[in-house]
Amino acid sequence: MSVIFAKSKGLTDQETHYCPGCTHGIIQRLVAEVLEELGLLGDTIGCAAVGCSILTYNYLNIDMIESAHGRAPAVATGAKRVHPNKTVFTYQGDGDLASIGTAEIVHVAHRGEKITTIFVNNAIYGMTGGQMAPTTLPGQKVTTAPGGRDVAHSGMPLKVSEMIAQIPGAVYVERVSVHNPRAVRHAKKAIRKGFEYQMAGKGFSLIEVLSTCPTGWGLSPVDSLTWLQENMIPYYPLGVFKTPEEAK
Amino acid sequence: MPKSLMKGNEALALAAIKGGCSHFFGYPITPQNEIPEFLARELPKAGGVFLQAESELAAINMVYGAAATGGRAMTSSSSPGIALMQEGMSSLAAAELPSVIVNVQRGGPGIGTIQPSQADYYQMTRGGGNGDYRILSFAPATVQEGAEMMMAAFDLADFYRTPVFIVSDGMLGQMMEPVEFPERPLRTLPEKSWAAVGHGGSRKPNTIKTLVLDPGLLEQKNLRLQEKFTRIAATESRFENYRTDEAELVLCAYGSTARIVKNSIDLLAEEGIKAGLIRPQTLWPFPSSAFQQLPPTCRTILTVEMSCGQMVDDVRLAVNGRLPVAFYGRSGGIIPVPEEIVAHIKVLLGRV
Ligand SMILES: Cc1ncc(C[n+]2csc(CCOP(=O)(O)OP(=O)(O)O)c2C)c(N)n1
Repeated sequence: MSVIFAKSKGLTDQETHYCPGCTHGIIQRLVAEVLEELGLLGDTIGCAAVGCSILTYNYLNIDMIESAHGRAPAVATGAKRVHPNKTVFTYQGDGDLASIGTAEIVHVAHRGEKITTIFVNNAIYGMTGGQMAPTTLPGQKVTTAPGGRDVAHSGMPLKVSEMIAQIPGAVYVERVSVHNPRAVRHAKKAIRKGFEYQMAGKGFSLIEVLSTCPTGWGLSPVDSLTWLQENMIPYYPLGVFKTPEEAK
Repeated sequence: MPKSLMKGNEALALAAIKGGCSHFFGYPITPQNEIPEFLARELPKAGGVFLQAESELAAINMVYGAAATGGRAMTSSSSPGIALMQEGMSSLAAAELPSVIVNVQRGGPGIGTIQPSQADYYQMTRGGGNGDYRILSFAPATVQEGAEMMMAAFDLADFYRTPVFIVSDGMLGQMMEPVEFPERPLRTLPEKSWAAVGHGGSRKPNTIKTLVLDPGLLEQKNLRLQEKFTRIAATESRFENYRTDEAELVLCAYGSTARIVKNSIDLLAEEGIKAGLIRPQTLWPFPSSAFQQLPPTCRTILTVEMSCGQMVDDVRLAVNGRLPVAFYGRSGGIIPVPEEIVAHIKVLLGRV
């Protein structure tokens, strides 16, 4: 019998605490698989951020540092400056990266820090119970915008990939999704590129992954995938926003 | 070794290199800028890394990341910048990450002034960070003492797995004095087997974290931290006595103010008034034991600070009601002169 799927050595045996249908688990699996395939599990330092993914260090078989809310890019900078030859990444949600941590993410790119950021955009604050994020879509109902996000009151959602791509030190920026198997396979390729560019010493990479939050959105796991496809992708178009060639 | 004339800030920076600093992260603020400027020039020559951060928030978290991966990291700032770093300091203490933080105090509250002050005593001993934690804080009074405290700071940080504060002020930072850098005594330090450096496939992953959701486990962790703080308090508390023998008045002052108070004490001695000084060299642990050994002649304690009265709280706790504790302070960046302290003491002792 041939094995068609096996758990990555990059994952521990610990069961995740994620809600049914949440795609954090898929994204972390992709990170684990990529690091395993690149032979980097033993040479990587990960920076976990405050949010649903804070316990990432329980699920990934790598050395990790938990960071204060929004500060993972600064923590990663400290780690990379001590270990320039190790692989360093941050794994951050959209409240963490696009709200409280905007200064840190802009400046890690500005310095061209040779790290990789996995940015999980689920358009909501998951961990604290579904409040509005800078990425919450217009009209989207969240606990702190019960009538739906009013853009006259709270502005239009922040497009992080587009913003970071403008910064000279960012060499690779791509937005991907994990709403179907094809998208998942593509997301893995993008994550792999992010780590490969780091290993090649190119500069800062950010991979934005559109992700679901069935609990926060009040939808079933399947409906969440459809909601992502129908509502998030039109506002947050998938694709490459920056390549090392363009960064030159 | 010959002495050289150096600014307090620059001496601290050089002492950091001699003390084994490998990484500096910081954000500009007066009156401490000579520290990053010196290190930007000299730390790379010594094989280290200097990096200017985008903010104090980033700087302290860079220190956290560097310390978590085994680097000997430091930052320096002044009062408002230290305020911004407090969340990071709580995390450094909670994750037990060796690191060194310099505060060249200036007048507050708010943006305040760039002139010298000691109004951050609470910040440096109580912390603005959340939770039950303590940070070893050294308070030099001379450029030489600052250099020596700084040279020892990284080893102490590694030894106890703790952040260490060097509490200076704008006067000490800007003044020039002769200073020498004796060889640092070699100290056996524990291996950093806990650091997140990549497990190399040869051990279980290391995690640096401060989240402990289970209250039972968090209480256990806090008790273990308290045990460490008690150990530090028992071993590291330091003070200097100046002319306390037969003193009827004992003053308590630290840092720059202690130097001024020594002048006041000498002036009083010329008039036959016996006063002495207890000078805390560590703010936390506060040298309470110094107040257990007061001369029998002592009738009153007077705390002098460049603040509206902060360290005086610890003096009162140490004296514990046995004697009256008075306070004299100047704030807002005003440096008291010896004569005004003398005049205040005479009023206090009824000798006018
Ligand atoms: C300084 C600070 N402020 C607020 C919080 C509370 N908090 C925890 S998680 C979180 C939001 C995280 O949301 P996001 O980054 O979108 O990640 P998600 O949980 O959705 O994956 C907040 C505000 C905190 N832990 N620290």
